[in-house]
Amino acid sequence: MGDLYDSQRAMRQMRKAAMQRGVVAILDVGTSKIACLVLRFDGPERFRSVDGVGSLAGQSQFRVIGAATTRSRGIRFGEIDAMQETERAIRTAVQAAQKMADVRVDHVIACLSGARPRSYGLDGTLNVAGGMVSEQDISQVMASCDVPDYGAGREVLHAQPVNFALDHRSGLSDPRGQIGNELKTDMHMLTVDATAIQNLFYCIKRCDLELAGLASSAYVSGMSSLVEDEQELGAACIDLGGGTTGLSVFMKKHMIYADSVRMGGEHVTSDISMGLQIPTATAERIKTFYGGVVATGMDDREMIEIGGDTGDWEHDRRTVSRAELIGIMRPRVEEILEEVRERLDAAGFEHLPGQQIVLTGGGSQIPGLDGLASKILGQQVRLGRPLRVQGLPQAAIGPAFSSAVGLTLFAANPQDEWWDFEIPADNYPARSLKRAVKWFKDNW
Amino acid sequence: MRSLIHRAVSDTAPGDPAPSRLGYRYQRMMLTPGFRGMVRIGVPILLIAAIFGSWYSQPENRAAFTARIEQTKQSFQQRPQFMVQTMNVIGGDLSAMTEVAALLPSEFPVSSFDLDLEKIRADIEALDPIKSASVRMGQGGALEVTLDPRVPVALWRDGPTLRLIDADSVVSGQIIARAERLDLPLIAGDGAEEKIDEALRLFAAAGPLIARVRGLVRMGERRWDMVLDRDQRILLPSDDPTSALDRVVALNGAQDMLNRDVTVVDMRNTGRPTLRMNEEAADTLRRANTTNNENGAGH
Repeated sequence: MGDLYDSQRAMRQMRKAAMQRGVVAILDVGTSKIACLVLRFDGPERFRSVDGVGSLAGQSQFRVIGAATTRSRGIRFGEIDAMQETERAIRTAVQAAQKMADVRVDHVIACLSGARPRSYGLDGTLNVAGGMVSEQDISQVMASCDVPDYGAGREVLHAQPVNFALDHRSGLSDPRGQIGNELKTDMHMLTVDATAIQNLFYCIKRCDLELAGLASSAYVSGMSSLVEDEQELGAACIDLGGGTTGLSVFMKKHMIYADSVRMGGEHVTSDISMGLQIPTATAERIKTFYGGVVATGMDDREMIEIGGDTGDWEHDRRTVSRAELIGIMRPRVEEILEEVRERLDAAGFEHLPGQQIVLTGGGSQIPGLDGLASKILGQQVRLGRPLRVQGLPQAAIGPAFSSAVGLTLFAANPQDEWWDFEIPADNYPARSLKRAVKWFKDNW
Repeated sequence: MRSLIHRAVSDTAPGDPAPSRLGYRYQRMMLTPGFRGMVRIGVPILLIAAIFGSWYSQPENRAAFTARIEQTKQSFQQRPQFMVQTMNVIGGDLSAMTEVAALLPSEFPVSSFDLDLEKIRADIEALDPIKSASVRMGQGGALEVTLDPRVPVALWRDGPTLRLIDADSVVSGQIIARAERLDLPLIAGDGAEEKIDEALRLFAAAGPLIARVRGLVRMGERRWDMVLDRDQRILLPSDDPTSALDRVVALNGAQDMLNRDVTVVDMRNTGRPTLRMNEEAADTLRRANTTNNENGAGH
């Protein structure tokens, strides 16, 4: 844990350095596509023209100056499967984005969708004995959290304090300076497979880039596609990706749960491919052009040429009705959504005050999905698109880019994580020299 | 056997769009501002400098280069527009002109780039008879020298030499004989040249005496003696000599004093002007007094 604690701290430092330089790249490594955005930071409110809250709710301090996507290769279930292939795909995306931005980027903030995320809720208690709560107390109450044994080979990706309570008052966002006896905190910790992170880290290193931040794509797509009151009241964001379906639950503007279902759009494609005996590329094409989940009478008559190039006329002139296609797609989509339902139930989503469910990601573009989802997940389902950010090209504003856009927000307004707070003083015993230096700094 | 059907190239595996590792690095390098600037500006400059340097390092090339520069310079400076054909010297008398001419270029035509007008002017102004001069390039390639000569106002005798002196007490020349410049008054004595304006006032005040004045002698660097012909001298006080001289002139006008046997008119004490007669007159006077006394005693 200490190792990751340090590396996350180093990443935060690097992110600050990148902000100072003003250029940072966003890399969304997905199963079906790799998106790269180049952001330029111009300091706060550079593009602001009127008084008030500011355009885009204060998100106007950066601007997207380069964007590129490429078909991703070597990635399965959101995890890197063939390193060389992935490295080349990342290189393609980064080079195209750099070329569009006409600037060299050295720092990259990446997100990954797979790697089996697992959420833990932690709580810690500290007796502050009627004194004022200081930063050191907050560090110590977080250090006093009882960290469960999350297993070897896993790393903490996010660890965010979501709630502070002082004596009988709960729901404090910032207890510093308040007076009480007992300080309690609730933390949300997300762990992922260490190997997946290491592989991604290595791939990015091979592209001569520095990793300046790492996030879970379920988390960042929730950040970009949930509106503010949904984040406040409680909502789930379901990111229907290519290889995985990420889900994140937000309440009081904090992520309180994240998980991923290892099924996605590519499974739908492979079902079509297998069911109709056609190549994957054709299956992908007819899925995006004719796909759906609710069949009507009209769909029986709409015939789709599925083609082929075997030279056998009968084989190459096959057609299927759209109802057949829907008949193949619907069970798989239902399966995904039911799996999501299961995860949400396990997380206790029904106890939240808000029950809003937002579908986003490339898979959410299937026609009729909202109707199907409301049957499985509950009544309050809507399709979500990511927030608009400055300079984002038209081609990159669809729901498939919600995690890329979320990463830009993550880069601009990162949430405080465990490692961003002061190191508790009692973690120092082995490093007495450092402690002495700190004592001097504090007292002189 | 060749297939009868043209099969499209399968689009399941399109060509790898990924850049090669080298190409990727090259593009990133070219996007680095410093490196790009160096490639676009630094390298060409370096290349040009290297080519020129290697060419210049050969001695024969170096010589040819300097010769070429010199030749270009010459051909530019020798253009007819820049050539000086004649010179005009305006102002000043003949002797001054001959002296000035020695300082000017003797051979024409000469390029105006080769003439240092400022130096020529300084040289000319360093000459004694010249007060100031202007040297400029005039119309039609003529070097125009305008002289402002010093005007001598007095002669200053210093031992055997006679110097011309102007109103600023600057010596502007030398003459051999007094007869050359009879129009100028003569002064002499230590420190006489420093009080030239006072001397000139005294000469002006001399009025009817001027025809008889031989010169002024500075005595003890504080007062003037006016020397007249017939060895007469008027000793003037150091304070206000002009009014003292006026009194002498008035006396002379009233009593024709200086035509008598007076050697010295001593005005040094203005309250008590004193006359000294010459010996002959004194003897005559003494004799006359004695005769008068004897006659008086006889009666």
